[in-house]
Amino acid sequence: MSRQIKRVTIAVLLMFLALFTSTTIITVFQADSLNADGRNVRTLNASYSAERGPILVNGQAIAESVPSNDKYKYQRVYRSPDLYSPVTGYFTLNQGNTGVEGAMNSYLSGTSNDQFFTKVKSILTGQTPKGAAVSLTINPAIQQVASDALGNNTGAVVALDPKTGAILAMVSKPGYDPNQLASHNTNDVIAAYKQLLADPTNPLINRAISGNLYYPGSVFKLVLTSAALDSGKFTPDSVFPNPLTFTLTGTNTQINNAEGGNCGGGATVSIADALRLSCNIPMAQLGAALGGNEIAKYAKAYGYGQKLSVPMPVTPSIYNVGNEAQVELSSFGQFDDRVTPLQVAMTSAAIANGGTEMQPTLIKDITAPDLTVIQPFQQKIFAQPITQATSATMTQLMVNNVNNGAANGARISGVDVAGKTGTAQNGNGKPFTLWFTGFAPANNPQVAVAVVVENGTSFGNTVAAPIAKKVIEAVLNK
Amino acid sequence: MQVSSSDATAPIGRPTSTATGEAARSTFTETIRLRLRVPAKRRNLELLLLIVAFGIVGAAITLVELGALGHIEGTVLLLGTSLGVLALAMHVAMRFVAPEADPLILPVILVLNGLGIAEIYRLDIANHTTGWGASGVRQIAWTAMAMIIAVAVLVLLRNHRVLQRYRYIAMFVGIVLLLLPMLPGIGATVNGARLWISIGSFNFQPGELAKIALAVFFAGYLVTARESLSMVGKKFLGMRFPRVRDLGPILVIWLAAMAVLVFQHDLGTALLFFGLFLVMIYVATGRLSWVILGLLLFVGGALVAGRALSYVQGRFASWLDPFNPKVYDAIGGSYQLVQGLFGFAHGGLIGTGLGQGSPSIVPLAESDYIIASLGEELGLAGLFAILALYMLFISRGLRIGFAGQDDFGRLLGVGLSFAIALQVFIVIGGVTRVIPLTGLTTPFLAAGGSSLVANWIIAALLLRLSDSVRTQPGLIADR
Repeated sequence: MSRQIKRVTIAVLLMFLALFTSTTIITVFQADSLNADGRNVRTLNASYSAERGPILVNGQAIAESVPSNDKYKYQRVYRSPDLYSPVTGYFTLNQGNTGVEGAMNSYLSGTSNDQFFTKVKSILTGQTPKGAAVSLTINPAIQQVASDALGNNTGAVVALDPKTGAILAMVSKPGYDPNQLASHNTNDVIAAYKQLLADPTNPLINRAISGNLYYPGSVFKLVLTSAALDSGKFTPDSVFPNPLTFTLTGTNTQINNAEGGNCGGGATVSIADALRLSCNIPMAQLGAALGGNEIAKYAKAYGYGQKLSVPMPVTPSIYNVGNEAQVELSSFGQFDDRVTPLQVAMTSAAIANGGTEMQPTLIKDITAPDLTVIQPFQQKIFAQPITQATSATMTQLMVNNVNNGAANGARISGVDVAGKTGTAQNGNGKPFTLWFTGFAPANNPQVAVAVVVENGTSFGNTVAAPIAKKVIEAVLNK
Repeated sequence: MQVSSSDATAPIGRPTSTATGEAARSTFTETIRLRLRVPAKRRNLELLLLIVAFGIVGAAITLVELGALGHIEGTVLLLGTSLGVLALAMHVAMRFVAPEADPLILPVILVLNGLGIAEIYRLDIANHTTGWGASGVRQIAWTAMAMIIAVAVLVLLRNHRVLQRYRYIAMFVGIVLLLLPMLPGIGATVNGARLWISIGSFNFQPGELAKIALAVFFAGYLVTARESLSMVGKKFLGMRFPRVRDLGPILVIWLAAMAVLVFQHDLGTALLFFGLFLVMIYVATGRLSWVILGLLLFVGGALVAGRALSYVQGRFASWLDPFNPKVYDAIGGSYQLVQGLFGFAHGGLIGTGLGQGSPSIVPLAESDYIIASLGEELGLAGLFAILALYMLFISRGLRIGFAGQDDFGRLLGVGLSFAIALQVFIVIGGVTRVIPLTGLTTPFLAAGGSSLVANWIIAALLLRLSDSVRTQPGLIADR
């Protein structure tokens, strides 16, 4: 009988071995795929219960998780939401995440691969795993000035360090309060979200990078002029006929210069003067002479049509090559031209930085809870759209625009500001889109800016340029 | 007969041997001497382990409250303490009625039972149930009742061989208990299985008790019938197969198991009884042919039943392809199984900590899925500890089989321990996808009064058997 019992014992051992094996397989080997299953609400709940890393600006948290008394343990809180909502985005329980909250989610939640060892360490030391802190390149003083300068206008301001690509300010108005979307009451969140979504001013959209793209108007002349000079076919002194009106090739449509009349009074007008006075007719002729494909090549080199993330995805700007009349129209930023303010700022920054366009980014660095740096600042060249010589010439022309041209609204005494205004038409009877872009100081650029104001009734020079001027002053007075 | 010094610690007034004359008398004096010198060493060990068990359970309940409530509340700890007092009373009773009983059994089942209570209480907190509506409070009450019944079994049943006499009564009782839920009027269907009897507000699952009655019957019957079951029969393929006229019992048990499967919709119970019977007949006769014959009968029957019964098909589909959205969303599909797996995965190696997971997401988290709840909060480490406790308990039972002196006792000891082992395997194996999921309770852990009472009676019987092993040496020489 003992022999049988021995065998039964072995059978029992095998049964338990099967259970040891099955529990090990589930909790160790299948755990990752089980945790990643969309039907697993625990993972979702856990991600809200973990202490999410803060988003920092100059060492101060603009978004952070503070202990709460409900089942999620932490409440996401946004400091100065008016100032930073376009940058931070929001972190909701079940309506998705946007902005830096969305783009850097794996780091903030502590689940990125870079944080694996931190996670192991915190398990061994018995600490609750925490997400990493994401520091932004935003300068709070400049951000504040940009926001104040834009005031109650609908629009956006972007300021870049042209030498590094660091985004110093990113303002989009109107904003919203991400705190109301971070509520743990799902019904409240959905109600607030629906309300924001229904708002005709689209406060949820970051107009600096992902709005409905804008007509660039005259700020596109920077792309056209630099393309013309860089191609070697034209110089600033190349001249074009200077009529009062111009009929688009192959059509009956007549176009005027923005302020009426001809451009500077002469029979002919140089490219330098056309840019300085921001005339449409000579630019249309220049565009037609250079050719749509050549312009498209340079537009692409500046970043039009290209994928970009900062780390939020940026909507690619558009330059389409049409027939000759359309090329003429698109030469002064109409027809199919569409841009983001960031793209416009990048164009100025490339000119400011000797033709080298730096990859724009919001991320200064990422640090683990134990203060080790997971990812330092990454400076990357985005493109080299024009030569250094072209950039030097362009800088001269743009300084002229401000000093004694159509962009004099951005003039700062004692500093050479390079700039270009734009007043884009949105169709008959519709308000204008007002632009200014530029950089300063011209000999050693510290900042490149782009300002856009929607629903304008006057000119870029009178509305957008003064805003840019304040931002530039804030950087130079730093 | 031989009497080693450690074996000679039998209490005064008990038959120590069948031998007569000088040897017996000297053993008797020896016994008195040893009794005086070594007072109940095993009970002292048990007491020590009980204190450890109290510590573990008390800590578990405290952690649950800290984890889920954030503060300590007295009520459940106080109720738990009353169980501790009962356990101590049981311990004291055993000093008198079963002084040589195994010292590990009581502490081990106390830890399992206590962990179960802690986790059930944790789910009560999550579900906001209190008072008699709370499963945890009911579980404590049932545990108290089960412990009192266990003490009664120990006190009233001083010699387990008495049971052998009542084997046919046990058979009758077992089959009646098993089939009772099918009676109209008192039978009740819960979650698709007709396993319950319901009288007024009182619910009971008689199948749990049937397990004990049938184990007693099998042991009693097989001890007497094994000669004819094992010695005669034709050889075929190198194995000796039984005569047709000896097939009666296995066919009766098979039919009973099939009845449970078909009419009560309970694959788990059917599997448990049939498996128990096969193992016991194998241990009694030493003939593997019985096991093979039995397995063929069961698998054949289950396959035929499976074609006809949609619930068996559903169980198989859930087992093989649980993540398939169709199976997952089906009524009676794999939702529960998959959510249980998510719980295990969420727990990982070391668990979320008691009171800090979300086990209440899984349906029936406090009964059928208690192991998934514990797995989530205690992790793989906790699961291994629980499995090790079961193995310890089962090994103490199997030891009786190795060390026992009478074949009835040995067979009963092996049968009862194997029943626990098989039940653990069927439940945890079902939850962790080793086998298709069947609804059985996890012994000692799961919420449910019938199961607690039955398992505490099994524990009491094993305690009684282990006491007999040491106090009544060498009755039958067959080892």
